[in-house]
Amino acid sequence: MKLWNRLMCYCRRRSPWLFHMNSGSCNGCDIELIASLTPRYDAEQLGVLHEGSPRHADILCISGPVTHNAAQAIRTVYGQVYGPKAVVAIGSCPASMNVFIDSRTLDGPLDKHIPVDVYVPGCPPRPDAILQGVAKAAEILAARGNNQPAFEAAAEAKPEEVQK
Amino acid sequence: MNMTTALMRLLIFPGLLFAIPAAWFFLWVERKAVARMQGRIGPPFMQPFYDFIKLLGKQVPPRPGVGGMLMKAWPLLALASAGGAVGLLPVLPASGGFEGDLILLLALLEVPSMCIIAAGFSSRSIFGEIGSAREAVLSVSYNVVFLLAILSIAASQHSFRLEALAQLPFSPLQIVGVLALLVCLPAKLHLNPFSLPNAEQEIYAGPMTEYAGPELAMWELAHGLEFVAATGLVATLIAPQLTLWWLGALVFVALSFAIVLLLSVVAAATARLQIDTSVRFYWQCTLIFAVLAVASALFMRFRS
Repeated sequence: MKLWNRLMCYCRRRSPWLFHMNSGSCNGCDIELIASLTPRYDAEQLGVLHEGSPRHADILCISGPVTHNAAQAIRTVYGQVYGPKAVVAIGSCPASMNVFIDSRTLDGPLDKHIPVDVYVPGCPPRPDAILQGVAKAAEILAARGNNQPAFEAAAEAKPEEVQK
Repeated sequence: MNMTTALMRLLIFPGLLFAIPAAWFFLWVERKAVARMQGRIGPPFMQPFYDFIKLLGKQVPPRPGVGGMLMKAWPLLALASAGGAVGLLPVLPASGGFEGDLILLLALLEVPSMCIIAAGFSSRSIFGEIGSAREAVLSVSYNVVFLLAILSIAASQHSFRLEALAQLPFSPLQIVGVLALLVCLPAKLHLNPFSLPNAEQEIYAGPMTEYAGPELAMWELAHGLEFVAATGLVATLIAPQLTLWWLGALVFVALSFAIVLLLSVVAAATARLQIDTSVRFYWQCTLIFAVLAVASALFMRFRS
């Protein structure tokens, strides 16, 4: 059993699958995230796959200051990712709402809605910084095992809500 | 074929003990070849194994009701039939077999694609339904050519035994038949010009959209076993007759590897086609292979 847990830990660190979500970002960070999958940076060396469905993902990458429209969607998608999971906030916007801080259309920052594990600051961050953030999130994922962090807002988002 | 050889073939070679590592290896070859073609380095050698173990350790989604039970059953059914198809391949010389095992193999090769169709519809996700509809249309199109090619080879050998197919002498029919099968393989394995059912990003993950954790791991493994079975079928048709069993096994593995490499290079070099273009391609352009195969099989029958 101990050996199995160590193998699982090893495999989780080496196979982080991403789901990318835009919560009102200006597209700068989204372009940089995609750039980290291109031949120059080649995230697949770390076992990273960019998945189309949040059900398949381990790491939720969120860019953008959280708008009112996106807030509920973020909770839903966070509920759709099955654990163990980690969240990476890409760019300065989800961390601090950046230059949009006093806007009345925003409901940020991101950690008001879901627990964030890694912040990758920058406007936009470089692809290698994003890769480092993803690698760090994969390590957190492996170390954490099956214990998800307790978080009041996250408890509200039930995965059943979105299933028919 | 007695019970022991049947079990040996199903469980050891070319069955599960060989086929599961081979499935992971072929999945890796496919990803690595695509990465190299795109100028990337690509995933490490053990990547499909890491992915499999990681998916086993993910949370199991709650699936209440009969629909949930069905959703759990489809990946297992696909896995079992793909594993059974691999076990039937006549890799070793004089490995036995029975009358009609070709028909069983063709049926087992078809079951995973039916499971994918059913899984997409029973997941009740709109993307799953689109993916399933595409898979259904595509399988109707490529199977005409696939089945006609295989059956004309069988007709020329006067037998539905796989062993008779493996002993096919070199002839124009063999070339035409193998070409027809190769044209169908990308659609059967959901590789790039015909990766319509699971079109990544376009319709999220197609029929797999709602699958997570261990169920997804079973789908990945079933897909890998399909790789082994489908490329293995073509490899046994090409492989020369050898009396040494280990040489036969080695040639089989090398030929399967070469076919996977060829398919990956084609996948990396092409973009995804639209569904109507793909269907037109199979109904209009590749039907010539099927007609040629049937014609040469008839010709060989009359001459013999």
